This record gives sequence, structure tokens and C-alpha cells, in this order.
Amino acid sequence: METIYAICVGIMTAGGVFLVLRGYTFAVVLGLTLLSYAVNLFLFASGRLVVNGAAILGESEVYADPLPQALVLTAIVIGFAMTAFALILALRARADLGNDQVDGDND
Amino acid sequence: MLQHLIFFPVLLPLLAGIFLLLPPLQGYARRQRVAVFLVNALLLVSAVLLLQQSLQHEPQMYMMGDWQAPFGIALVNDKLAAIMLLLSAVLGFAVHLYACAGDDQRGPFFHPLFMFQLMGINGAFLTGDIFNLFVFFEILLIASYSLLIHGGGKQRTQAAVHYVLLNLVGSAFFLFGLGVIYATFGTLNMADMAYKAAQLNSEDIALAKAGGLLLLVVFGLKAALLPLHFWLPRTYANTSTPVAALFAIMTKVGIYSLWRVHTAVFGEHGGELANIAVGWLWPLALATLVAGIIALLASQTLKMLAANLVVVSAGSLLLTIALNTPQATAAGLYYLIHSTLMSAALFLIAGLVQEQRGQAQDRFVRSRPVNQPALLGGLFFIAALALVGMPPLSGFVGKILLLQAAGDGSDAAWIWPPILISGLAALIIFSRAGTTLFWRAQGVSQNQVVAHPLQITAIILLLLTSPAMVIWGGALTDLSLSAAYELHQQPLPVIPANMAVPEVLP
Repeated sequence: METIYAICVGIMTAGGVFLVLRGYTFAVVLGLTLLSYAVNLFLFASGRLVVNGAAILGESEVYADPLPQALVLTAIVIGFAMTAFALILALRARADLGNDQVDGDND
Repeated sequence: MLQHLIFFPVLLPLLAGIFLLLPPLQGYARRQRVAVFLVNALLLVSAVLLLQQSLQHEPQMYMMGDWQAPFGIALVNDKLAAIMLLLSAVLGFAVHLYACAGDDQRGPFFHPLFMFQLMGINGAFLTGDIFNLFVFFEILLIASYSLLIHGGGKQRTQAAVHYVLLNLVGSAFFLFGLGVIYATFGTLNMADMAYKAAQLNSEDIALAKAGGLLLLVVFGLKAALLPLHFWLPRTYANTSTPVAALFAIMTKVGIYSLWRVHTAVFGEHGGELANIAVGWLWPLALATLVAGIIALLASQTLKMLAANLVVVSAGSLLLTIALNTPQATAAGLYYLIHSTLMSAALFLIAGLVQEQRGQAQDRFVRSRPVNQPALLGGLFFIAALALVGMPPLSGFVGKILLLQAAGDGSDAAWIWPPILISGLAALIIFSRAGTTLFWRAQGVSQNQVVAHPLQITAIILLLLTSPAMVIWGGALTDLSLSAAYELHQQPLPVIPANMAVPEVLP
């Protein structure tokens, strides 16, 4: 399970980084979204992966670490807000600069 | 009451920011100005009280909602945090005065955003928990994104796109680093991490190192470390004047985080993780300084000059972190206070010059004179003296401390030349700037713009801190030295050893 999980996070990160390195705001915003998905999964795994364990003490023999789940929740909210802002800014830049290149050049 | 004081620097701006968005204040410029002025004054008072507290007691940990350490959310007030809080309160107070002269009305929501920005900065200084450092970083960043485009314009939008996208990628890196650190340390509380650093399992060392270095990248991006500093000059030079002045403290938040994480947690006591950042910081900090000097000499406008000076000062400060001794940290702290306040003053002066010179703005070209050459020239002269590091003012003391901290071994051979050359380069570019802006004028001024008394007050307030830092220099260096010792003497005595989580999670 850990291997598949790690490969999935790795592929997502790689895709995110590739898209972020493209010079166009739309691709960059998509890349950031992918990157934040990957980050959330990564954070979630940082408390170790547990099957059939609630994040509550005393409910069962095994329990999942609740802290990463709380961290992921915070990270999701922040990431969502930031992506929304980046999108609006990208639209504004498209209007102000006349194209969606991050440096504002057409070539 | 006084034990809850530590939360005020975060709570006050948060509440003020929210109330500024509500009907009795929203839409009335004068009421908003008065309200923010009052909050800033209160922040100053609470910062002074907190500094007093930190002098009288050991570092204090305040647990939010009384959840016990290391599980609850902790705020820590020690000397370093208190000094930084006072710095941000002074800067915020002065910059807001300047903005009240009219810059705040160039776009909507200046005052609430200003408050949220201060909340993020103060929170980052106070937090004792590395995840909350991330949260406060995001708060200060999202406020800064919006402040950056305050007033609008093509240049600003473009600078903002770079700034926002870079920082979003930086945030993703921060979270990756946090994940790795939590997976290895089993805690995110900084004092607790400092305990655990020396006791990690040997198979976790490599991972923890990777996490620590990921954080170095993030803080390097904030602090303008060499390959990550290219966003800074354009961003600072293109934004509106008061915002640029407020941003003078933003790179310092990065420096502060490096102190907290790489000097304290991954510091001397870290066992195999000790000083992981130092090897990287040495060459990069030197290169930052050199790149800053070259960019400084090539500056074409006064605001660009001020922005490049921020890079130069970031390079000098990063060098003190690379030196990694309490003396160097103390020198860095003194220099940090000086360079923040003086760069902010220079940005404000540049704003006045820009307004008064009409079309030529603050470009170094022959043009019509400014309307108040004596006043602006005088202020510019004092700021330049301080920033170059000429004797009567704080820049001189700051540089002497930096040079002393280098000791007299091989470190000194690396540090003395760039620091001294940066002073020379600043002298050259300031003389060029001063003569072009104030003396090589032709014709008569076409506008009647004069500086508002509030703007002059703000600049004088900032400039006065420089002689004050010399007059009370002895006390201040003692204070920064004891703050530095407190930082280096980790683990912080805030969690008693028996309360630290005994083992890393399964």
C-alpha cells in the first residue's frame, strides 16, 4: 500500500512541477492545484498509513494519528483560498497585459 | 490579564481588521484611519510591555485554550520575539501614518489588509509551533498579495503574478517539509523538536535532514537567498510606497524563521542534525551579497535602489546566520532592526520624490526639480548616511558589529571584503542618486505637490530611530546579545523535560 501511495504522490508532484514550470498562467494554476493535492496526500501519510483505524483513542486496537488529518484540513482550506486568488490574479493579468504569459511577453 | 498579553499582537489586528470591514467603519476613510492609528498605538504599548515581560522572566510559553504542551498551540515570548514585535509595531505605526496622507485611498480595503498583514507578521514572530508558522506565513502572504496590487497598474499586476506564484510554490514546499519533519520528529512544536533532534533514530536522520533543508529553501525564498531572490527588486520597486516600506520587514520574517528553525532546532544541540544549513548558507549568502552589490550599482530608480539595498542587507544577515555564533546572531539582530527601519524610510522618501518630480518620477535622469529640495534632500541625506554606514548613525555601529562578529580567522577574510565593498557601492550609488535627483535639475516644477505633514512625520519618526539606536547602543547591543544567547541555548527551557513527548510516534 505504501509503495502505491508513494508512487501516486510522486507522479502527482512531478506533474504539478512540470505544469508550474510552463510559462502560462493557466498551466501554472493547474500545476499548483496538482501540487497542493500531492502535498495534502503527503501530509496525510506523514502520520503513517493505517487501515481500519479511527483517529480516536480507545475505540479500537489500532488508531490513526489524528494530527496530520487536522493539518491536511487546514492545508486544504488555505490551498483552496490561495488557488482561487491566483486564478483571479491570472485573469486580471490576462486583462492588463493582454496575454497569459507569466512574463507578459507574447513570444 | 498580563499573562494573556502575549496574544494581543495577534488578536488586536485580527479584530480590528474584521471591524474595519463592518458598517460603522467601512467606507469612512477618516474613521478607518483613526481606528487603525489607535490599534497601532496599542500594538506599540503591548510590544513594549511584552519586551518588559521577556526581560523579567524566562521565555514564556502561552498555551492557547490551555491545551497542554506539546499538543496544544503554543505562543512563545522570549527576548528575540519581543524585539521583533516592537520592530514591527514601530514600522507599522510609521508606515500607516504615511499612508494616511492619501495613499490609502488609491484602492479599496487598504486598512483591513494592513491589519491582517500585521497580524500575520506578529503571529509568525510569536508562534512556538512550526505548523502555525506556516499558517501565519499564509496570512501575511495573502494580505501582502492584495496590498501589492493596491492602486493597480500594469507593472504591479505583473510583479504580483510572479510574487504570488512563487510564494504558492514556496507554500507547497513548506508543507512537504512539514510533512517530512512530522513523520520523523513526531512533533511540530519547536521547543519539542529541539529536544528530539539529538535523539532521532539513525534511519530517520536522512529524512529529517531533507525536511530541514526543504524549510531552508522556503525561508530562503522569503529572505531573498541568492537563487531565490529574483522576485524581490521588481516586486518592491513596483508596489505603492507605503506597501513597499511595510514589506521591508517581510524578508526579515524569513531571517527570523531561519533563526528559529535552523539556529535553534537544527543548531549546535542537534546531534547528527547539527548545523545542516550552515554549509549551504556560507556560499549562497556571500553570493547574495555580491549579486546585491552588482544590482545596487545598476539601479535606475530610487525605489529600485532601495529594493536592491534590501537584498544587500539580506545577504549580510544571512552571513551572520552562517557564522552561527551568539555574537554573530546579536550583530545580525542589531543590523536587522537598523536595516528594516532605514530601508522603510528610504522607500517613503522615494515615494515623495516620485510624486514631486512629475513625469521623471524617481528615475535617475535630469529633469524638473522637486518642490521641496531642502526638505527631501535633507531627509535623503540622513537616510543615505545611515544606510551607507557612516559614523554618527546606526549603520556604522551595525557594520562594526558585523565585522567584529566575523572574528579574526579565515571567516573574517571572507566576510570583511563584501561587507566593506557593499558600503562603498552604496556610497557611490547614493551620491549618484542624490546629485541627479536634487542638483541636476533644470526648468521649474510643473506641479504644486508638497509633502503632507503626516508623511514628513512618518519619515522623521523612522529616521530618528537611527540616532536613538546609537545613543542607546550599549543597552541595545546588550539586549540583542542576551536574546542571541537565549536563542542559541536550546532546547528552550519552556517545556520541562518530563513533559516532552517521550517517544516518536510508531
